[in-house]
Amino acid sequence: MAGRQYELIYILPPDTTDEQAAELHTQVEGIVSRLHGQIDKTENWGRRKLAYEIGHFKEGVYVLEVLNGSGELMKELDRRLRVMDQVIRHMIVRVDEEKKVIDRTRTKRQTQSEGRRVRRGLPPVRQPGEGRGSDNDDADDDRFEGMEV
Amino acid sequence: MAMGQRRSGGRGRGDKKSADKQQGQRRPMFRRRKVCKFCADKIDDINYKDVKLLGAFVPERGKILPRRISGTCAMHQRKLQTAIKRARQVALIPYVTD
Repeated sequence: MAGRQYELIYILPPDTTDEQAAELHTQVEGIVSRLHGQIDKTENWGRRKLAYEIGHFKEGVYVLEVLNGSGELMKELDRRLRVMDQVIRHMIVRVDEEKKVIDRTRTKRQTQSEGRRVRRGLPPVRQPGEGRGSDNDDADDDRFEGMEV
Repeated sequence: MAMGQRRSGGRGRGDKKSADKQQGQRRPMFRRRKVCKFCADKIDDINYKDVKLLGAFVPERGKILPRRISGTCAMHQRKLQTAIKRARQVALIPYVTD
């Protein structure tokens, strides 16, 4: 896999209309395609309360885009988004490497557990109604209660 | 069950056996053994967008819950830390609240 995958998340003012959001999305799309990248996925989270005030806004419209492209593209996007005054906050995070690691650990764990089960003479996948009823003894977990930092 | 509680199939690392024993002698209190939530529940992905998951590790004040209290293992605390810091940048989690 040669391409790098990034996530771009930006926040717009709460009074942004859908048209304005769509217009901004096409602007982003333009920059991305000009520098030979693609948009994998776009998610509009809608209006959300901000954890703290940004400028004088207490709420914001969150948009998440998953992009494929080069570092130069991200640099350009970052520069452009910084200048746009209808974007109150944005962040770009590289995600492909972390995703790879997550996939690897997940498959490794699965093959390991299957191997263990086969060695014990069981079918590789857990059957329904097998073993002890539940293994979540964490249900009554109270370790955070009454803790002071 | 207090200290003898051992997870089958869990990771053996981070066992604080001797420390547990000592504390048990000094203070004969019922204390549940702390286990890393991410290892126990097999959560691989600590993502900055998952506010519900991260929120459990950000107490009232807005600080990151230390490892000695939550029992998170070093690797997962590190991942948790980056996730929380990213979530703060995009105002999903507060920096401070007072």
